[in-house]
Amino acid sequence: MSEIAIPGRTNPATDLLIMAGRGLRMSSRQIDALLTSLMLPVMLMIVFVYLFGGAISTGTKYITYVVPGVMLLCAAVGSAGTAVSVCQDMTGGIADRFRSMDTGGAAVLGGHVMANVVRNIASTILVFGVAFAIGFRPHATLAGWFGAAGILLLFLAAVSWLCAAVGVLARSPESASGCMFALMFITYASSAFVPIRTMPSWLHGFAGHQPATPVIETLRGLLLRTPVGTSPWQAIAWCGGILAVSVAACAMLFRRRTA
Amino acid sequence: MTDELAIEATALAKSYGKTHVLAGVDLRVPRGSIFALLGPNGAGKTTTVRILSTLLRPDAGQARVAGFDIGHQRRQVRLSISLTGQYTAVDGLQTGAENLRMMARLAGMSRRQARQRAAWLLDRFGLTTAADKQAQTYSGGMRRRLDLAASLVGQPEVIFLDEPTTGLDPRSRQQMWQVIGDLAGAGVTIFLTTQYLEEADRVAHKVSVLDDGKVVAEGTPAQLKQRVAGERLDLVLRTAADFSKLARYLGDRVLRSDPGELTLGVATDGSSAQVRELLDELDPSRATLARFAVHTPTLDDVFLTLTGHAAPAADAKEKTRV
Repeated sequence: MSEIAIPGRTNPATDLLIMAGRGLRMSSRQIDALLTSLMLPVMLMIVFVYLFGGAISTGTKYITYVVPGVMLLCAAVGSAGTAVSVCQDMTGGIADRFRSMDTGGAAVLGGHVMANVVRNIASTILVFGVAFAIGFRPHATLAGWFGAAGILLLFLAAVSWLCAAVGVLARSPESASGCMFALMFITYASSAFVPIRTMPSWLHGFAGHQPATPVIETLRGLLLRTPVGTSPWQAIAWCGGILAVSVAACAMLFRRRTA
Repeated sequence: MTDELAIEATALAKSYGKTHVLAGVDLRVPRGSIFALLGPNGAGKTTTVRILSTLLRPDAGQARVAGFDIGHQRRQVRLSISLTGQYTAVDGLQTGAENLRMMARLAGMSRRQARQRAAWLLDRFGLTTAADKQAQTYSGGMRRRLDLAASLVGQPEVIFLDEPTTGLDPRSRQQMWQVIGDLAGAGVTIFLTTQYLEEADRVAHKVSVLDDGKVVAEGTPAQLKQRVAGERLDLVLRTAADFSKLARYLGDRVLRSDPGELTLGVATDGSSAQVRELLDELDPSRATLARFAVHTPTLDDVFLTLTGHAAPAADAKEKTRV
């Protein structure tokens, strides 16, 4: 009568994959939300490059400057959907159903996060393709490519878990979707679209010391083979910190909200 | 371990702050039976279900479900039960078949087994033609059936149904009762909560009446009805004026008063002599009474007698649950 030989028990990794598959299947059917998360970053990139770009002096071609920022924006916009889906699970009856089947929060939330990461890899590739078509020419080393991919994945994981925590906490899917604006603001008030030195001085402190800026600077440096300074370490510290706090918050909040 | 009992709960208690939701609940449900926990809104029905299905820990008391302790054998309990809550637990964006396959996979089946199990359940619940439509396009009754089907993928021994027919139209409700009866016929134990007396009367072998966190009565529907001793004479008046006049005359003797239907109920033993006597007493001029009926007790009456307040109207909690 102990924890041995329970028939028909899945392992946590299988549960996670099943839940990630669920997330992807469901998001593939929300065409409007999917298009928003795919098209918004591309549209913004085009708007910035062709409409504003001429007026922004960055020292390089503007498309070259802006692409790393767009990739982050893309991650931020896409991840906001995670908060909404998680909140829908929590406020509907399905979280209880999963728990009564012994499929825990790790699989439920992890599945959403994993689906989001997969979705974002696809949208990042799309952004990259469009960027290349309109003149973005990265010249990274092989290590640079891997480094950039790694840093982007870490950022994506951190933001996804953060959004999952927001989703568990939010009382309604509508309020959960509000985190998109916060995330977009973080990207706008960073070195994503304009160099920080062109911002008003009171914003320098925030723009220079928030998570998006070191991630963008790292991507920029690695993709364009320019010096990165301490940005990678700052980026890793920020993302790692956000990731750890968010996962812990998810674990705690999920238990509390479903008790 | 008591093998004949699927559920055995002793002195379950749960409070939130100073609110005592459950104040010592004892329940005994034999294997293979249908048990109804009957009570008004806020009686503690959902809390009881959540405790027995291991989603919530009680502050005090013990319970065994399917032979396992809900405290230290949570996992075994979870593998032996299924829970269908008040809110439909299916994904509207997935098709009926996808929902069932996902649940079957989570219950540990291979892809092939999951496909077979899903097809079998869809067939059994009359959803085969809707199998490949997204569940958000289903009617309320279909969603509820899909939800119940989803809870059955793992072949649970004990099924918890929290208000399985709330919000359903009469026909879907009948279908649900049929399904519940069939499941119990197959040897599964069913624990359902309801605020519909008719539902408890129709489907349950045994009923416990829960009010304000306490079990106020238990037994078979017939036993409960016996607890309300007498029968009742219902008198339908001709006019509203006659109704108020008679209501004033009767005072405390009124057992049932329905101004809308102009109906008043008084106690009777059901014998023709006494009924005649009552009619003569209450309508000496033979002009004010339109009709009368002798009423044998229903669970509604039991409810009123036991809880001191009327049963909630059948549509009191009709909520749209999408």
